[in-house]
Amino acid sequence: MIRLESLTKDFGSFRAVDRISLHVPKGTLYGFLGPNGAGKTTTLRMIAGILRPTGGRILVGGHDVQADPIAAKALLGFIPDRPFVYEKLTGAEFLRFVAGLYGQDGQVVERRVDELLDVFELSTWKNELIESYSHGMRQKLIISSALIHRPEAIVVDEPMVGLDPRAARLLKELFRGFVRRGGTVLMSTHTLEIAEALCERIAIMQGGRIVAAGTMPELRTQHAAGDVGLEDLFLRLTGGAAAKELQAVLEA
Amino acid sequence: MKQPTLVHVLQPKWRTALTRLQQERATGGRGKMMVLGAVGLVFWAGVFGVLFRVLRYFRGVEEIGALLAAKLLSLVLLSFASVLLLSNVITALSSFFLAKDLDLLVSSPVDRLRLYLAKLGETLLHSSWMVALMAVPIFAAYGIVYGGGWLFAPLAVAAFVPFLVLPAVLGSASTLILVNVFPARRTRDLLSIIALGAAAGVILLFRIIRPEQLARPEGFQNLLDFIAVLRTPASPLLPSEWVTRAVMGRLEGTWDWLPLYLLWSTAAAFVAGGAWLHGRLYGAGYTRAQEGAERFVRGGFWNWSLGWALGPLGAARREFVLKDLRLFFRDTTQWSQLILLAALLVVYLFNIKALPLFRGEQVPFVLVSVVSFLNLGLAGFVLASIAARFIFPAVSLEGRQMWLLRSSPLELRAMLWAKYWVGTIPLLVLALAITVLTNLLLRATPFMMAVGVGTILLLTLAIGAMALAFGAFYPQFETENAAQIPTSFGGLVFMMATIALLAAVIVIESVPVYRYLQAAFNRQPLVVTPLMLGAFALAAGLCVAATVVPLKMALRRMEALEF
Repeated sequence: MIRLESLTKDFGSFRAVDRISLHVPKGTLYGFLGPNGAGKTTTLRMIAGILRPTGGRILVGGHDVQADPIAAKALLGFIPDRPFVYEKLTGAEFLRFVAGLYGQDGQVVERRVDELLDVFELSTWKNELIESYSHGMRQKLIISSALIHRPEAIVVDEPMVGLDPRAARLLKELFRGFVRRGGTVLMSTHTLEIAEALCERIAIMQGGRIVAAGTMPELRTQHAAGDVGLEDLFLRLTGGAAAKELQAVLEA
Repeated sequence: MKQPTLVHVLQPKWRTALTRLQQERATGGRGKMMVLGAVGLVFWAGVFGVLFRVLRYFRGVEEIGALLAAKLLSLVLLSFASVLLLSNVITALSSFFLAKDLDLLVSSPVDRLRLYLAKLGETLLHSSWMVALMAVPIFAAYGIVYGGGWLFAPLAVAAFVPFLVLPAVLGSASTLILVNVFPARRTRDLLSIIALGAAAGVILLFRIIRPEQLARPEGFQNLLDFIAVLRTPASPLLPSEWVTRAVMGRLEGTWDWLPLYLLWSTAAAFVAGGAWLHGRLYGAGYTRAQEGAERFVRGGFWNWSLGWALGPLGAARREFVLKDLRLFFRDTTQWSQLILLAALLVVYLFNIKALPLFRGEQVPFVLVSVVSFLNLGLAGFVLASIAARFIFPAVSLEGRQMWLLRSSPLELRAMLWAKYWVGTIPLLVLALAITVLTNLLLRATPFMMAVGVGTILLLTLAIGAMALAFGAFYPQFETENAAQIPTSFGGLVFMMATIALLAAVIVIESVPVYRYLQAAFNRQPLVVTPLMLGAFALAAGLCVAATVVPLKMALRRMEALEF
């Protein structure tokens, strides 16, 4: 569903993403892990069509994001890590606006708006300006907006930040159900327990490159890691020494 | 616990300013600095030149010359004080209650006094720099005309600094009290309406009392009365009078320390009083400032009133236009500017009506036609200022939400299209209204009316496109206040480019208009020559190019921008 081919992104002289290739098959929940500054967000923003790659190619449902952006974007729903939205719109107006961007309107959209606001327990806030929403409510609204046009794939950057435990649980169920119905999710997260519990396949990024990719058993085999959990594997691949140093500083 | 110094508390601010300067220099900001510097110098030279001539004239007037100069200075300072008070009230709201660094400062063990002084300094700097810059050519003109000597400059600074401190303390204290009564975000809305309403009122009042009539000799009935009025200060308790007395005392050789003493001791007392009030009220006010301006919106108005008409545009464009309209009318800092705009338009039409063209003897129609033609430039300038206010910020205002627009299948072309027409259609209506109205007031001929309407139509399309394009080239994505975007460097460049376009169109069209006036003056029939047609075509071509090229460039720029 999503295919990255030698994808590269430079910011001036700094290479944020270095010739990465990845295939996210249809109907998969794919975890995208890596320490801060590894290049995850940059990669996801390139897939969403927000940033232009310096080199390489991104295909979504067979459509090249650069050559045929409209067709590629129509299949995607993007959930960013920072919920910047129009403060002076109400929740319902925002969802209608996003549906409009995907060329949808009318009663179908109205029903979908009510349905999503209901699922995320935002119905009572439907006609309140977004400026009065909390961080978690904004996050829920953005997740709703990514689902409003019934996308085939969702690209999501740190979805659990700011969500209360109920909403986090709901989101996990929602992603599972979405994938069961044939949808595809590419999710970056720092919460390794969630990645381990939810994702069928995992890619780990470090310094702009993918240092490991596959299912959990495949990752263990590739790196001769025995029966370790994702956390140990992650720390081994991305430099766990930093965590030990941090502990030493805190105990000093 | 040892408290940090004020310099340390303010460190993030001045370090940010320094870094920004260094970045500007590193990224070729020299050209930008030069343009800003040149514009500033021209402005300074203009203010200095006008005041220099006026003061030279005053100096030549026996008896009352010095009194007139003092009165003028006191009036200027009084208007400065009112501007400073208003801008301090508004700035204090941001710096004391809404700034992003407050969470860190309030949660750290910095004592209230340091926090107060740091934020007072920040408020003072942000709200007073423009007035301080404006004061330089004014004091320079006084010092030079009246031979103030080299000591005059430090003395003027010594008198002016406490004059800036007083409104900063008063403004901050007023905000502190207001925030304790209303939530901060509601207070901001309230203040922006009050401030712009007050500014509009002052402009209207100033124009409607017709200050030019005061210059007529028949206005003076009794010289002694006039001198008595001049000698009486507006109020001996006003700090503007103390500055005037300090400055004029030095210039007239009647030096007295009392005004300086009054200024500094009052400023010190005000700061102490302000700090005391801050200690008492800030905690509660800051807590209240965290409350959002919760508002329940019924909505539906735009859908009901305009949604159906926009139906043929398709869902994406229609929703985009409706979204822009909703955001504009729900953001008080944006729509409240319409109040000022309305006042300026009334003044504009009033000025045209007040022209002494149709009083007494017959005024040749040539003069009326010339006024009507040159009025195009003025109308164009008014429209450019409006475009700078409302169309120029359009791209900047999308900055933080650009992730949504860029990740959706909405074409950037459609977005620019929506932004262009949402801004340009009201501008067109306004342009046509003021051109037709002023031409009717001037009793312009059908030819001049046609030239005026055609030109303003094309100019408005170009001005809208240029405003949008310059906004895309000089975006201000981080700003939280839309009203600040037009005063950025990009806004200045846009205004300069528009003035150049207006000048070019007027110069080109002056050729056929001159031919027309010549024929009419000689009572000959108008013969349309190829030169006339060519000039009109050239002006039209220029306007079309100034519409199409900026829009294309804006699109390319938007495609290249990364968020």
